[in-house]
Amino acid sequence: MAKPDYVLFDRDTTSIIFGNQQAAVQRMLHFGYLAGRDKPSVAAIVNPSGGRKGLMKVFYGRDEILLPMYNKLSTAVKNHPDADVVINFASFRSAYKVSVEALNYPTIKTVVIIAEGIPERQTRELIALRKKLGKWIIGPATVGGFVAGGFKVGNAGGALSNLLMSKLYRRGSVGFVSKSGGMLNEMANMISLNSDGVYEGIAIGGDKYPGSTLLEHLQRYEANPDIKMMVVLGEIGGDDEYEIVDALKDGQIKKPVIAWVTGTCAKVFPSEVQFGHAGAMARGETETADAKNTALKDAGAYVPGSYDDLDELIREVYEDLKVNGIIAEKEEEAPREVPVDYDPGTMRKSSNIISTISDDRGDELMYAGIPISDVIRDGYSVGDVISLLWFKKRLPKYVTEFLELALRITADHGPCVSGAHNAIVTAMAGKDLTASVAAGVLTIGPRFGGAIDDAAKYFKDALDRGLTPRQFVDEMKAKNINIPGIGHRIKSVHNPDMRVNLLEEWAFANLPKHKLLDFALEVERITTAKKNNLIFNVDGCVGILFVDILHSTEIYTEDEIDEIINIGTLNGIFVLGRTIGMIGHYLDQKRLHSRLYRHPWDDVLYMLPSETEALEYAETKKKR
Amino acid sequence: MAQRGIREYDAKNILAKHMKKLSKGTVKYRGKVALVTPDTSIAAVAKKKHWVKTNKLTVKPDQLFGKRGKHGLLLVNVTYDEAKDWLDEKMNSIVEVGKVKGKLTHFLVQPYVELDKEFYLAFTGYQDGDYIHFSSEGGVDIETNWDKVTTINVPIDAKIEDIDLTPILDSVSSEDKKGLKDLVTALYLFYRKLQFGFLEFNPFTYRDGEFFPIDTVARLDDTAQYLCHEKWGDIEFPAPFGRELRSEEQYIDDLDEKSGSSLKLTVLNPHGKVWTMVAGGGASVIYADTVVDLGFGDELATYGEYSGNPTTEETYDYAKTLLDLMTREKVEGGKVLLIGGGIANFTDVALTFDGIITALEEYADKIKEHDIKIYIRRGGPNYEAGLAKIREAGKILDLDMEVHGPDMHMTKVVSIALNNLDGGN
Repeated sequence: MAKPDYVLFDRDTTSIIFGNQQAAVQRMLHFGYLAGRDKPSVAAIVNPSGGRKGLMKVFYGRDEILLPMYNKLSTAVKNHPDADVVINFASFRSAYKVSVEALNYPTIKTVVIIAEGIPERQTRELIALRKKLGKWIIGPATVGGFVAGGFKVGNAGGALSNLLMSKLYRRGSVGFVSKSGGMLNEMANMISLNSDGVYEGIAIGGDKYPGSTLLEHLQRYEANPDIKMMVVLGEIGGDDEYEIVDALKDGQIKKPVIAWVTGTCAKVFPSEVQFGHAGAMARGETETADAKNTALKDAGAYVPGSYDDLDELIREVYEDLKVNGIIAEKEEEAPREVPVDYDPGTMRKSSNIISTISDDRGDELMYAGIPISDVIRDGYSVGDVISLLWFKKRLPKYVTEFLELALRITADHGPCVSGAHNAIVTAMAGKDLTASVAAGVLTIGPRFGGAIDDAAKYFKDALDRGLTPRQFVDEMKAKNINIPGIGHRIKSVHNPDMRVNLLEEWAFANLPKHKLLDFALEVERITTAKKNNLIFNVDGCVGILFVDILHSTEIYTEDEIDEIINIGTLNGIFVLGRTIGMIGHYLDQKRLHSRLYRHPWDDVLYMLPSETEALEYAETKKKR
Repeated sequence: MAQRGIREYDAKNILAKHMKKLSKGTVKYRGKVALVTPDTSIAAVAKKKHWVKTNKLTVKPDQLFGKRGKHGLLLVNVTYDEAKDWLDEKMNSIVEVGKVKGKLTHFLVQPYVELDKEFYLAFTGYQDGDYIHFSSEGGVDIETNWDKVTTINVPIDAKIEDIDLTPILDSVSSEDKKGLKDLVTALYLFYRKLQFGFLEFNPFTYRDGEFFPIDTVARLDDTAQYLCHEKWGDIEFPAPFGRELRSEEQYIDDLDEKSGSSLKLTVLNPHGKVWTMVAGGGASVIYADTVVDLGFGDELATYGEYSGNPTTEETYDYAKTLLDLMTREKVEGGKVLLIGGGIANFTDVALTFDGIITALEEYADKIKEHDIKIYIRRGGPNYEAGLAKIREAGKILDLDMEVHGPDMHMTKVVSIALNNLDGGN
């Protein structure tokens, strides 16, 4: 069911946080837990500018949970279509751009802008945009707001103790709106002491042009049947409060409004003083606090003589509504029980290690959520197990088949390549299996086996940038980089590498689309025209096919595929596959009782400096 | 920050740099203006700008206040020597403008222009767009002639080229129409692209494709500095007339600029008895209001605020600056210091109070010497620890101090403090 227009936030609202704001996220979760929400109010975090992504660890009640963290707002919005709020913590320099982007996503209804110091013209452009799109902006220069017992924005509402003190974990009957974010808690506290508490509290921010006005929020409160009275805290400067005056006069607002405009002190100041808020400066008599207070009072608002009496006036209006039966006595709800170790400073300990692939604590060992007995019973292949432990999900059969094919093909390449050679030499030195295999594995890297990673990276990048095969070859030549995945020491066009042929055959038979392979074969056509042995090699083929396979699954975004490559997953295939061969070589040497290896002299070219050359430098130094 | 006034000299100088491009060459503006200050005499100015000696001149203070003619501070149609004599007399003199007394330090010198027509043009912003106000009867009496001003609205996302300007130019002669249309368009673009909050030319005249602004008032949106610093050039935001920044205010201003938090200080009356150190842009105003409402407006020494979770170090610097100012002059009956604030959202009360405590320790002897009573009220994250620490510090330092938490009404502490103070109305 669609929510009524007057609802911006409620118990089901989830949001995307733009900015790596762990503390604010944690406070939102504390609040949600306290209020007994079903799910956390934060769906995802966006950590811009290529900072850390992955997961953010936070507490939800007693449990530690993980929230997804992305580098791009677009990814977060796409993956979390239910989240209709963006809380924008970007700095004043980038807040505008981020807000424009956020407003333009159809799933986003409300954007809260925290930054202070956004140019006024930019804010006005944002307001025009949000009006055109029928959306909401709260801020800029605000801490946000809260709906009691439902949702709170970022740091609004303050510390846990204040949420409890002001009873923000359950609904009251009072709608509150102010310019000042700092006064939000103060007023919530005052309202909770003098009535049944806050229903909703919003701080629109102290800028000259707020993204939504005091009146617009009062109109929402007027439309909301659960709100019975309203409190508004205005400020010297601007004419927002006169909109409220007009709305009171023409009957748009009928519920009781208690109002106070701050800045009455300005009249005694000798010359103009800019208050803390950008908009707080009276230009002309009508913008003074006194003039606004008088106008509000004349229009029928409840206006105290000074801020000091605001609390009593709230109480009077509330008691009056109760006497008249407009506000019913509610039974006091208790907040959800909060664990005693809630204060992170004292007892609760944040864990140091996260594991998201396997869990050995329960009755049964789990691989990515699948009990080991199912893995056995349901006939998971080795490829399936790899997909569970490497990709955290069971991938389709053709993918796991490819993984196994790649393992089979890379398992060994004879005794002379670095890995096997090292393993053999170590085994001959009398070391054990672990040391021998490790010695071999350690040679895997940029020159040996590493071409899988690099081939995937470079070819994918070229295709992503829309280069033609020719442009790609020319670019690499200009940069003086050998194209990874191209070239072989021994094999050539006339003496093809069967392994590559096998992989290609498999791809043509099993993959509906193989864009990157097609691209690579075009590249090969160009390079082999130059030199016979510049063929597409097995490393390149494994890497490139893997990218095509990830695309074909249609479950990964470009960013995610880039990440899979960048963290070294493809290298993993080579390490895993080749380990089979190196264990073989170790066992082979042990069975043969091989003796310590010593490299023959005649295979080493000895080229030492002469004695004079060696001593020359030290001699000249000595003389001085 | 906000919209802030700039000197007429700067406004005209910037305009001269941009007019050709913005008007696509249709309007000429020569930007003949000079600024005379205590450090730059008119003689020094004349060496670079020869027209100062050859032209008849207009001279007036350029310090963000208007109605200079009415205050006898406008010199019109004079020679270089007459201007020099007048400047010698007025420079560094103290004058009273409205309620404000201040020192004259900056004067604008420009060629005297014979006015056959006095036009009025102003640009202002509102939420959904900008207004262009125009009148063919500008001049000092524009306010009484406001009914002659016509206004059109330019929506925020509209292009000025698409706006029909004829309604405001109705009253001008047909030969001036085309030129004024180009001029208004160019000046609107100037106002918009350079992020002015307010721009007024009153009066100005326009002859043969050349623009002659006589008086100009301009406010820039200083938050746009990061977008416009090249277009603006080396711009200065002077303090309002009669409110030259004290070194302490300048110090806090610099601190504020470097910090991600907000730190503001304005000294209203250094001889005052009531000093405030309040957290929060909203709460600080309410504290000041309450002091005024209770009749102690004349005794209110400072307005200021700290907010946005400043560091311990920043809060210490702020508190120290305030305590230093506060302990320079003794007053009969002592002073009060209100360390106030609402219930913070995310400012760590304990950490900020650590800074205040360090400052109190440093100034403890002086605080006692000046008979200062301290009243504290604060809530927010870690407030229990913060309040306990400052209470303890007060005891150890033997200060006259009262400490309250969020259970007390925010401004109650003001009435408690002022009850024990002599004076007030």
